[in-house]
Amino acid sequence: MNSKILHLTPSSRLLPNFWQSIVQSHLENAEELKAWLEINLDEQLHFTEHLLLITNRRLVYFCPDKTHADIPNVSVYEYAYQPDLKLLQHDHAGVYRLELFEHNLRIASWCYTLTSDTSSARFIKQFEQQCTSFITGKPVPAEATEPCPKCRYPLTAEQDECPQCSSEIDTPPSTWTLFRLWRFAKPYQWQLLAGFLLMLASTAATLVPPYLTIPLMDKVLIPYQNGVPIDTDLVALLLGGLLGSALLAWSLGWSKTYILALVSERIGADLRTITYDHLLKLSLEYFGGKRTGDLMARIGSESDRICVFLSLHLLDFATDVLMIIMTAAILVSINPELALVTLLPLPFIAWMIHIVRDKLRTGFEKIDRVWSEVSNVLADTIPGIRVVKAFAQEARESSRFREANQHNLAVNDRINKIWSLFSPSVTLLTEIGLLLVWAFGIWQISKDEISVGILTAFLAYISRFYTRLDSMSRIVSVTQKAASGAKRIFDILDHVSSVPEPSNPVHLDKVSGKIEIRSAGFRYGNRTVIKDLNLTIEPGEMIGLVGHSGSGKSTLVNLMCRFYDVSTGSISLDGVNIRSLPISEYRRNIGLVLQEPFLFFGSIAENIAYGKPDATRAEIIAAARAAHAHEFILRLPHGYDSLVGERGHGLSGGERQRISIARALLIDPRILILDEATASVDTETEKEIQKALDNLVHGRTTIAIAHRLSTLHKANRLVVMDQGQIVEIGNHDELMASEGAYYRLYQAQARNVDTDLDDVISNETIANKEASA
Amino acid sequence: MATINPNKDFTLARNPTGQLQFTDSDGIVFDNVYLVRAFPISAPDEGLSIISKEGHELAWISNLVDMPIQLKELIEAELAQREFMPEILRINQVSSFATPSMWDVWTNKGSTQLILKAEDQIWRLKNNRILITDKNGVNFMINNIEQLDKHSRKLLDRFL
Repeated sequence: MNSKILHLTPSSRLLPNFWQSIVQSHLENAEELKAWLEINLDEQLHFTEHLLLITNRRLVYFCPDKTHADIPNVSVYEYAYQPDLKLLQHDHAGVYRLELFEHNLRIASWCYTLTSDTSSARFIKQFEQQCTSFITGKPVPAEATEPCPKCRYPLTAEQDECPQCSSEIDTPPSTWTLFRLWRFAKPYQWQLLAGFLLMLASTAATLVPPYLTIPLMDKVLIPYQNGVPIDTDLVALLLGGLLGSALLAWSLGWSKTYILALVSERIGADLRTITYDHLLKLSLEYFGGKRTGDLMARIGSESDRICVFLSLHLLDFATDVLMIIMTAAILVSINPELALVTLLPLPFIAWMIHIVRDKLRTGFEKIDRVWSEVSNVLADTIPGIRVVKAFAQEARESSRFREANQHNLAVNDRINKIWSLFSPSVTLLTEIGLLLVWAFGIWQISKDEISVGILTAFLAYISRFYTRLDSMSRIVSVTQKAASGAKRIFDILDHVSSVPEPSNPVHLDKVSGKIEIRSAGFRYGNRTVIKDLNLTIEPGEMIGLVGHSGSGKSTLVNLMCRFYDVSTGSISLDGVNIRSLPISEYRRNIGLVLQEPFLFFGSIAENIAYGKPDATRAEIIAAARAAHAHEFILRLPHGYDSLVGERGHGLSGGERQRISIARALLIDPRILILDEATASVDTETEKEIQKALDNLVHGRTTIAIAHRLSTLHKANRLVVMDQGQIVEIGNHDELMASEGAYYRLYQAQARNVDTDLDDVISNETIANKEASA
Repeated sequence: MATINPNKDFTLARNPTGQLQFTDSDGIVFDNVYLVRAFPISAPDEGLSIISKEGHELAWISNLVDMPIQLKELIEAELAQREFMPEILRINQVSSFATPSMWDVWTNKGSTQLILKAEDQIWRLKNNRILITDKNGVNFMINNIEQLDKHSRKLLDRFL
């Protein structure tokens, strides 16, 4: 009996088919596969497909020889577990490297890029566990919950799909973007139907007059030329019919345009609000990667363009199509042969439209992108105008703008070349078509197959018909413009928040504020910012996060706020993973005070009550008092009703900070996060703020980041971070006694009391501030 | 940092574990040092820094060309091991013109797939060069758009 176990352990569940049989044939009896990692780079960093396995006995490396494609000739290297075997991992610029050491001698190394979001940190842990258990003979300690085989994210019994792995959706949106607008049109389907019926009727009404030219010609004018007196009754009837159909077409056309324009405006408005709502739900990661100008253009002008398209161009187009179909039917019913000749140029025109369509579409997409480039220059420069002026770089910014504009021009020029050729060509084809009808009609008349009246009617129809074709050709460009606009909007709508709402939310009644971080890891782009971090924060405890800039403090705080989700591991509040809590419910428990307080346009009272709009005036004042903001607010001309601008003009940095502290106090959070709350103010103001903060901290779980270590004197524990990992934990005295990283930081600061820890950071902060001021 | 005479001011060698070992002018040995280009894209050979594993600069090489041949080879071998920026030679196929889009590409490092998260992950550099950062943070380079074949250029054009 073969006792190799390939399927029982969770780790092997997802082993690709290609490897299944190869691995199977190389495992020994009673050997269990524990974990695997795809190695997709060879030593020269060329892309390949190799595999690294961890079993309960050894580390196995499979390296197939690709020269014989049919029978993969696999080279296998194995490393049996022994003491002194160590696996280390580091990464640089997206390439991960695993190195195997034996007695401090590197015996093997493997490189790979993150293709399948495999967590190698966990892989190493597995290796260490298996290795230790093999040597000592003790079984590997069982994990509390069964983790996801890929990323080791702990799964509960009822979850069979890992929310972490499956949340990353890489499927692109479909190209039939405009049809997706139906989702927004659906609520108005009855109005749309009414509009469509009206359109049908009004188009039919416009087709009556040419038809009336047949009797007018054949029964009135031609007999008159032949000496028959004019039948005034018939003429009156026919002219009345012409007037009547014109009036009917007018009223029907008016009502259909009105109804459909009404509906399309509403669709446009819905599109805008839904997109904006969706945008607000996206994680910070999305906003970090996008530029403000671009997002504003998408929600503002793109949705407007779609709206115009729906209310104007699409409507016209539908009318035209209807008209063509109806005209064709009428023509065929009058005289099939002549109708055939008349309709002959149609396929040519359709073909031309098709040819140009592709070129124009890409072109218009390009124009859009160039356009957002132009607005991005504006969005960059206007907020940073102080820096621009201070460094006297107006000319450079102006040339940057001119360059973007030039690019815009160049792209437009290229498109216009095709575009300008388009309409005249359609006109030319129209003329040729008319010529054909004339020629064929005269020939038919000479054969007595049709009357003069029929030819006139045909010519009347066809001239309408072809002018419509000309305007229909315009639909190509507007449709493409609208489609590219719709695409850009759906790009936002299709973007799945990387911080998803839980499908089965758990509700916490009373939050005590215990935070557990278990082997958390986080990557930002190709940089690993947090590595395998473990930390437990007790309810009511104050933690001071200390470390150089770039050590991952702010990232850790962002992870705790769930602005981002951890790449690996988990963060839980009161024992519940924060991923399974509804986001807004979770964040309600967090008060955040940032280094750069942001005040919205509105009164001070509104700003304080931002997190709790229904707060009473008494509550607002109590919060302001506790934040030591009450007195300076009263000194303002309109007290709590004073208006503050976007960046709180007229208030000093310390005053704005105290307003933001009051804002955090008002929601009475269980968890408080202070991200450099006092870094941007002078020492005097800092003392004021510190007093306010002491009120705030009382009885809450607090995580404070500070550069000036002196501001952390109340912290129960100090956590010293370096390169995404915790290097020391302890209170001030303990850490000073151990003379480690904290000791060095403290010494550095004691030497240079006035300057910040990292000159680099403070310089950066100043630059940033200048940019935003 | 002042100009450096490598033979006198420092030595660089491989230790038995395969790591780079740096010895400064005072004979202090640093293990597991690494090399960083200051301008990896705009001027790869100008400005190289030797960084200790704690992240402090140990030496500055202002131009690789001036280095003795042996040291230069060692540095280049080490950088080749560290640097990973496949150059795209051909774009075979893209899954869609809307992002995220999966690209099938041939690079000088073999054929692979990359996932473009958004159009702004494509950077236009000077001289028709293009830098593409994929979802996992791997950088792909296109050295000259003009030199790509027509098919690839057409596909790429849709994203620019």
